[in-house]
Amino acid sequence: MISREDVEHISWLASIKIADEEKEEFVAKFNSILEYFHELDQLNTEDVEPTYRVVDLANVFRDDLSRPSLPPEEALGNAPRRAEGYFKSPRIV
Amino acid sequence: MLAKLKEQLLSGSAEEYLQGLFDRIEHSKLNAFNALARESAVSRAREFDRQLWGGALAGVPIAIKDGISTRGIETTCSSRILRGYIPPYDAHVIERLKAEGAIIMGKTNMDEFAMGTSTETSCFGPTRNPWDLDRVPGGSSGGSAAAVAGGEAPCALGSDTGGSVRCPASFCGVVGLKPTYGLVSRYGLISYANSLEQIGPLTTTVEDTALLLDVISGHDPRDTTSLEKDSYLNLEEGVCGLKIGVPDEYFGEGVDPLVEKSVWEAISRMEELGASWQKVSLPHTRYALASYYIIAMSEASSNLARFDGLRYGHREAEDQDWHTTFSEVRAAGFGKEVQRRVLLGTYALSAGYYGRYYLKALKVRTLIKEDFQRAFQEVDLIASPTMPFPAFKIGERIADPLTLYMADVFTVPINLAGVPAISLPCGFSQGLPIGLQLIASHFQERLMLRAALAYEEATPYHLQTPEVAA
Repeated sequence: MISREDVEHISWLASIKIADEEKEEFVAKFNSILEYFHELDQLNTEDVEPTYRVVDLANVFRDDLSRPSLPPEEALGNAPRRAEGYFKSPRIV
Repeated sequence: MLAKLKEQLLSGSAEEYLQGLFDRIEHSKLNAFNALARESAVSRAREFDRQLWGGALAGVPIAIKDGISTRGIETTCSSRILRGYIPPYDAHVIERLKAEGAIIMGKTNMDEFAMGTSTETSCFGPTRNPWDLDRVPGGSSGGSAAAVAGGEAPCALGSDTGGSVRCPASFCGVVGLKPTYGLVSRYGLISYANSLEQIGPLTTTVEDTALLLDVISGHDPRDTTSLEKDSYLNLEEGVCGLKIGVPDEYFGEGVDPLVEKSVWEAISRMEELGASWQKVSLPHTRYALASYYIIAMSEASSNLARFDGLRYGHREAEDQDWHTTFSEVRAAGFGKEVQRRVLLGTYALSAGYYGRYYLKALKVRTLIKEDFQRAFQEVDLIASPTMPFPAFKIGERIADPLTLYMADVFTVPINLAGVPAISLPCGFSQGLPIGLQLIASHFQERLMLRAALAYEEATPYHLQTPEVAA
């Protein structure tokens, strides 16, 4: 069972703020979905390998050559805040 | 249909045809489009009328799901967080369409970030089903399917993570195909669950779907999971001699009796055309939904981490510290269902729960993939309903996420296994279309399309159109 404290912790991990009045609804909906997920507990999967990808491709390499890239003005074109040719982020410390 | 349209465009006027579509869209009640590229499309059509260039889709207008990047045309995934975002590049599939002479009309409505079965979670409001305006068109590519069924676009692209092309194709009475994982490059498709999703066509006939698939498929070095293609043209070999598997797990409890009846009639029809059918078993089907949702949510929590209002998206309030700013941007920018999936995915991947949820789901994915591998040793194709029921009413299921998830029961196993599947019209229930799902083994699209075409040629369902398309 997920508690209100768990929801607060996940909200911090995922960087999505949840308003106090919405927390109970998230708790209720999460628990009903997780309860459904627990159906998988009925299956014994001890000797089963996980499938990360359905197509067997690993380590697809290319030559390490420089290629044309977006001009800075286009790359920055959608940024809500920018300064001196850079993305402007909020302060970190 | 597209073959005929191409002839018509060569002898007539592409501009006139395109203006007719835009006029229809502007008076439409469907809300199928988020953005129209009227100016650029009309100017391309005018050029076409002057130059009459060649190509597999010469002069053909096409509608694009709003989760596929289009250079210079706003692309939002129907999310507030991407309002105003103008991609500086085209997705691989868009480059391919343009190279074959197609004209991009605009962007179609969808569930926010493709997370849904009804196109109700869009920040632009729901799209309506052309067969009954009070009902959903299915999702998440609901705008693309409704546009094609409603006569607002001759063809469209969608994307299918757990049924998002096939479900709206079924609900709107059109053809929709989910390719084998790796057949179509995902370069420029805004990721929701990258190990599951593929871009696929939505059209009014099997032949048109095959034509579009032929254009968009093939290797692209920018998607390291993409592979070489076959040809999907000239599919006259028919269905004679093919063995069709019918899985018990896809019939019975929870399936509308009229849906079941129509699908069985379709199987009998293919038998008359020379195919044979036999029962097959896909015993882990009942675990597919939980496995799918755990994997999809986990991948979403990672893929959607990039939306923080730094490089694109909305950041309106004054900046505070890094974490507070991004948490507020994401709370305001993401709708409730997207928030739920990202949060639950974060939980499923978090320390102490990884083994119980994510790893467990990946192991169940192996069992489901093996179910299909075993079945395809015995049969060439598998037939089932695409959706357990016809389109439901707007608002009917949206309040309880779990009820909505249950609708995907016959579409998600296909994405888990990575095999291809097509949905095509096979009947009506009280005026609402029913979809037949044909599933094939990896990279057997050609065989699947052959059977679908033979069935379509022997039945009238794809010829019926809703009143709004008249």
